[in-house]
Amino acid sequence: MSRSATPASAAPGEQANGGPTRPEAFLPEASTCRCSDLRSAGNILTVKELGISFRTREGERTITSGISFAVREGERIGIVGESGCGKSVTGFALLGLLPRNITRVSGQILVDDSDINRMKERELRRVRGRKIAMIFQEPMSALDPVFTIGQQIGEAIRTHFGVGAREARERAIDVLARVGIPLPERRHDEYPHQLSGGMRQRAMIAIALACEPQLLIADEPTTALDVTIQAQIIDIILRLSEDSGTALIFITHDLGVVAETCERVLTMYAGQVVQDAATDAVLVRPRHPYTSGLMRSLPKLTRRKAPLPSIPGRVPSPAAMPRGCRFAERCAFSQSRCMSEQPLFEVASGHYVRCCRHAELELPGTLA
Amino acid sequence: MSGAEGKPLVEAQGLKVHFDTDDGETVKAVDGLNFSVMEGETFGVIGESGSGKSTLGRAIVCLIRPDEGEILHDGCNPFTLSARDLRRHRREYQIIFQDPHSALNPRMSIIDSVLEPLEIIGGADGEERRRRALAALDRVGLGAEFAERYPHQLSGGQKQRVNIARALILQPKLLVCDESVAALDVSIQADILNLLADLQREFGLTYVFITHDLAVVSHVSDRIAVMYLGVFMEMGPAEEIARRPRHPYTEALLSAEPLPLPSAMRTKQRIILEGEIPSPIAPPSGCRFRTRCRFAQAICADERPAFREIESGRFAACHFAENLVLQGENRISGKAAGRASLEQNEGFRP
Repeated sequence: MSRSATPASAAPGEQANGGPTRPEAFLPEASTCRCSDLRSAGNILTVKELGISFRTREGERTITSGISFAVREGERIGIVGESGCGKSVTGFALLGLLPRNITRVSGQILVDDSDINRMKERELRRVRGRKIAMIFQEPMSALDPVFTIGQQIGEAIRTHFGVGAREARERAIDVLARVGIPLPERRHDEYPHQLSGGMRQRAMIAIALACEPQLLIADEPTTALDVTIQAQIIDIILRLSEDSGTALIFITHDLGVVAETCERVLTMYAGQVVQDAATDAVLVRPRHPYTSGLMRSLPKLTRRKAPLPSIPGRVPSPAAMPRGCRFAERCAFSQSRCMSEQPLFEVASGHYVRCCRHAELELPGTLA
Repeated sequence: MSGAEGKPLVEAQGLKVHFDTDDGETVKAVDGLNFSVMEGETFGVIGESGSGKSTLGRAIVCLIRPDEGEILHDGCNPFTLSARDLRRHRREYQIIFQDPHSALNPRMSIIDSVLEPLEIIGGADGEERRRRALAALDRVGLGAEFAERYPHQLSGGQKQRVNIARALILQPKLLVCDESVAALDVSIQADILNLLADLQREFGLTYVFITHDLAVVSHVSDRIAVMYLGVFMEMGPAEEIARRPRHPYTEALLSAEPLPLPSAMRTKQRIILEGEIPSPIAPPSGCRFRTRCRFAQAICADERPAFREIESGRFAACHFAENLVLQGENRISGKAAGRASLEQNEGFRP
């Protein structure tokens, strides 16, 4: 299968790689203007300065802030980071799925010029499933146990296309076959508990793809699966995305999965995007100490028994977020100037890094 | 720490563990294993869910009684011991589980959890127990300030450190790690793997490392066994298995592992296994992997392939193990990749 969507070169970090049009440089004081040129033709999703806070008993806690990116038609981007960095919550916000009574979402999430963040529930229902669909990590808890697989796919098809029961059934069986479920006619009438974990995840993908969305958000879709089943699911997601031109946001903690699926990757840390660049460029030369640290801490098949370079310390809690670089206290390269707020710097065309020392640091990537 | 020398600390002979279901069927979780774990080595067991690897781990530390065959610890079958002696014996064979949270009692402070094993074996007074528990916590990188905290106040990585301290306090010879780093983020996982390696050097521990993660198992292990539906498919030195698998299942596992490499460095000949692991209630006849194997022939359904030594130190259960040319972890360096593609031209000669 072809996974070589991104051309590799000796120094891919310097390549434009067809990223969306963006301002050429970010001065420290200009950090909030990054989104001004984000919108351009061909972007199906544009996120500007997305901030999410939760209301808690101790007061409002900011979970993510200043997240800006765009997804072009058919583009596959990955969002990586460790638990608690805000990647899943960002995915939920893109579909307006966060409970409104306890969350405050600021900024814009633009789909076809309308802002998801300002939509009423009725309008949201027309976007969810039809324009943007989402699949989750645990298919058993995402599927409704009292409805058959077919009913759950049919519901989406009938809602969005207004077709009758018979046609919905035909389309549902067709989409089950497309995600590689054997005996789709039979599986159509079965309940989630009758399916294995891998089959349930296929059924989830079938529901998501039934209405031919322009964008699929996959939140750790293979984390609960065995490696051989993971390979099958990734293969299906990639094939369907290529066949139908569906764009993909792949949320995962697994850099290997991102390398195999995505052209571009956003690294998140403590609620911020700290790096946004072409996947190959990041793997070869990460440019941000946190991205580099993530790569170096992976056990490798080649360097057996050698101590693994880990990242000391822990992610700061939302209640005690440092004012300057949020990674500074765990970073081996931090200096006094890291204590001021870090903007996103454009270090090469389409390559953004939230680190003031990006130019002077030579950080090892996944090949080191 | 090489596995070839030394004496075996654990030996399994014809080991079988079966469970009866409510429907009167039998799950053959572990179905005939022969192997030994040498003193001081790290023996990795890799397999998918349902392969029986966790059942094997529990059988190794006498938490499950084998239905057939036996587990020998230092040459002695612990199930022949009296209940009292078995309890004493168990101290030296400890296990750490996957979920660090559910392994700790939420109502006990950290120090109480760690010194509980000492209370059970008796012998030391309260002061001495406390001193030893603090020393164990310190050894796993948790200072005295953690002693009076409760599990919910700790992160996942810290809780797993507590579990390690708890296992260490009885000065075991063997530690079974059953998916002990699977629930942790990569940088925390790296910390715990480093800690386990340090402890092994310091105390001469022997590890049985059970995991579904190929990169982790190849990093830590001296030897690896690849398990599928209750039996070993392949066993041998970790490096050789990763570089040159001798069983089609190992080849498929290596190929399925997503590698964080730039697109230009990845070969595109990925083997994607079809279907899922069959039910251990009614495993396929003959070779258990045959239903998903790309090389399967008629003989694979008719005859169970022997698990045999195909070259020094390397065992495989495949009728064609001697002749198959399989791709290993060749996606790492250009040199290795070149060699593999050359071999592939020679093709399959059963």
